[in-house]
Amino acid sequence: MNFFHKYSSPKHFYPLAGRLIPWFGAITAVLMMVGLYWGLVIAPPDYQQGDSYRIMFVHVPSAWMSLFVYVVMAVGAAISFIWNIKLADVLAASSAPLGASFTLIALVTGSLWGKPMWGTWWVWDARLTSELILFFLYVGYMALRASIDDPRRAGQSSAILAMVGIVNIPIIHFSVDWWHTLHQPASVMKLGAPTIYITMLIPLIIMAIAFQMFYFTVLLVRMRNEILEREKHTGWVADIVDGRG
Amino acid sequence: MGPGPRDSMRRAIPFRCMHRDCPRTTMKARTKRMILALVAVGGVAVGTTLILRAFKNNLVFYYTPTQVAEGKAPRHSVYRIGGLVEKGTIKRDGLKTSFTVTDLKTAMRVHYTGILPDLFRAGQGIVVEGRAGPTGIFMAKQVLAKHSATYMPPEVAASLKKHAEFAKQAQLAQSR
Amino acid sequence: MNWSRFFAMGGFAVYVWSAYGFAAVVLTLNVVIPLRQRKTILKRISRFLRFDQGDQS
Repeated sequence: MNFFHKYSSPKHFYPLAGRLIPWFGAITAVLMMVGLYWGLVIAPPDYQQGDSYRIMFVHVPSAWMSLFVYVVMAVGAAISFIWNIKLADVLAASSAPLGASFTLIALVTGSLWGKPMWGTWWVWDARLTSELILFFLYVGYMALRASIDDPRRAGQSSAILAMVGIVNIPIIHFSVDWWHTLHQPASVMKLGAPTIYITMLIPLIIMAIAFQMFYFTVLLVRMRNEILEREKHTGWVADIVDGRG
Repeated sequence: MGPGPRDSMRRAIPFRCMHRDCPRTTMKARTKRMILALVAVGGVAVGTTLILRAFKNNLVFYYTPTQVAEGKAPRHSVYRIGGLVEKGTIKRDGLKTSFTVTDLKTAMRVHYTGILPDLFRAGQGIVVEGRAGPTGIFMAKQVLAKHSATYMPPEVAASLKKHAEFAKQAQLAQSR
Repeated sequence: MNWSRFFAMGGFAVYVWSAYGFAAVVLTLNVVIPLRQRKTILKRISRFLRFDQGDQS
């Protein structure tokens, strides 16, 4: 508990994040290379979709991350809103652009997969529509923050949007079960065994962990930027900047 | 009543004390914010659920042939039907294709002119968009292929195909 | 390894490589933008500090 107490202060979090970034970055790079090689070269083609299914190795991890990052952002927003913890707001603010990026990748790669397999770039089915709404939630959150100059007030107002938007997350996940959709139901994130053959499942899992590590790496860089910006008038930031030259 | 010791104490406390040493006031503000957050999220959740239930029919991306037979599909506008392409029913004549879509209970004849997606084949899950013609034949403007959530190498699929169990499972998976 | 077969992606080259290309561009921007931001912030703060010290002397 003492650990959390100490590192939830920006002053102590900043150097800790700085020490973690190179390690996280290295793990991300290694996992990405292994996952890409496995997914694009080693994994066999699919019995129905041939090689087009390989889009899955970027589409599925980014789609998972688009949901995961939103949950992190909403929890961070709630903690900063209720308990006024600065670092939680920094976490939420830094997560938004990453979440928006993952959502955009999921939408675009899904479209590129849909054209050859489904026969269309886009349909307004429940899964695709709810994922598009998620993208607008991220963009709306960032726009709201950018429109308010005072970081404390920006945090409080945008936190409400982030918290309320969490309602969309179960809708996205269960849309394929609740309604008839063109998008197929889940292969991995469901009860029971995955319906993906093991030689295709392994690269998918590796890529998923790689995307997760990518998020943590860039998140720490972004959080450090936010902290520097917010604490620029403090002595410890002056010491850091002076120490660099 | 004159100013008692309690009143003077109350006056000594600043009106909006946000300091750590004022647990009572901060607790209050914090609890207020917590309730506000819960009410906001809960309210939107309830509202969204109600809206989704109200629009349930409009959110349906496609109807099954059985639903169409029961009269649940709009009769005079464009809608979509989804199901499996029944084996042995595909007839091609240049760009013109006709086939039967089934949900294993009810079957519907479909006419379509145009290019079919790669995955279109007998036994495949598909979604067709169009309207029902006067003769009861569905005149499709667009054919979309649904793919199953099952991924495996061709060799594995071939060896599995030998077992009757696989055919059943694939049909079940695609009819979803 | 057969490179031409690898790039052909069984006839789906356009879709597969566009998908990977798009993802690569977005992820790269996600690395480059915050790193450049960091440089700008540090520069701004150090300029501010120098100004501050100059003011005192």
